[in-house]
Amino acid sequence: MKIAVVRFPGSNRDLDAYHTARAAGHEARLVWHRSTDLEGADVVVLPGGFSYGDYLRPGAIARFSPVMRAVAWHAEAGRPVLGICNGFQILCEAHLLPGALVRNEGLAFVARMVTVRVESDATLFTAGYRVGQELSFPIAHGDGRYVADQATLDRLEYEGRVIFRYTHGNPNGAMRDIAGITNEGRNVLGLMPHPESAADALVGSSDGATMFALAAVPAGV
Amino acid sequence: MRFRGRVRVMPRAGLLDPQGHAVEQALGALGFISVRQVRVGRTLEIALEADSEQQVRERLREMCERLVANPVTEDFSIDAVEALS
Repeated sequence: MKIAVVRFPGSNRDLDAYHTARAAGHEARLVWHRSTDLEGADVVVLPGGFSYGDYLRPGAIARFSPVMRAVAWHAEAGRPVLGICNGFQILCEAHLLPGALVRNEGLAFVARMVTVRVESDATLFTAGYRVGQELSFPIAHGDGRYVADQATLDRLEYEGRVIFRYTHGNPNGAMRDIAGITNEGRNVLGLMPHPESAADALVGSSDGATMFALAAVPAGV
Repeated sequence: MRFRGRVRVMPRAGLLDPQGHAVEQALGALGFISVRQVRVGRTLEIALEADSEQQVRERLREMCERLVANPVTEDFSIDAVEALS
């Protein structure tokens, strides 16, 4: 599988995603945000970090990077896109996912391990998990509180598009404890926790390795 | 002509504003016991070339809709437009 990890100015989890993808046996490549194509990638990862210094709002400026046009085409063609942390914020700003991520309820930047519950295995990224399975991932964000209007939240729930929910405590005040969602086509996944930084027991959790195995992604999608 | 517009972006009414709440608490702690609510937003001053004030307002509105404000969480208003020199 060819995986493109987009590197924005201010990305800082790009190498985590790159290494985790390679450790899972994929051909990974870092793609600079000025690039206008994804170099034939099967899967695109928008990594964590602080693109453009989080100026204005996290993700607000990155979404207008040249590469985002290619990411939007990739997503609209039904091909897999994974946005982690800042990547999730960028996907919301780009309207590839609904809602927004705003300042944590407690205002503080939160960096610790959290537990999320798998709410749906019906995405390319979560097919290797069981519904109800609890996963241990780190979080590291100041703006991770997922918000959307009630109608959008109800629709996400009804369509089974809430993919991860915080359990044993909500670290940022996210509405309905939402940690990750998918789009209508179920090929774009955004989540605040960092599966790419939890792919080896050495760092305390290897629960993220399953997501990066991408076993459900058909070759040449 | 050169103009300067002032745009205000505020968290949408009804949406929790933890920054405003923290400032509200701090003002209370300083003895400003009459304070009932604080909301924190941001103001941008944008200088631009245009033919008329109306055109400035149209441009600013488009800027807010596309980038400056997030329609999911924020409301914006164009507070002032002034001609520069």
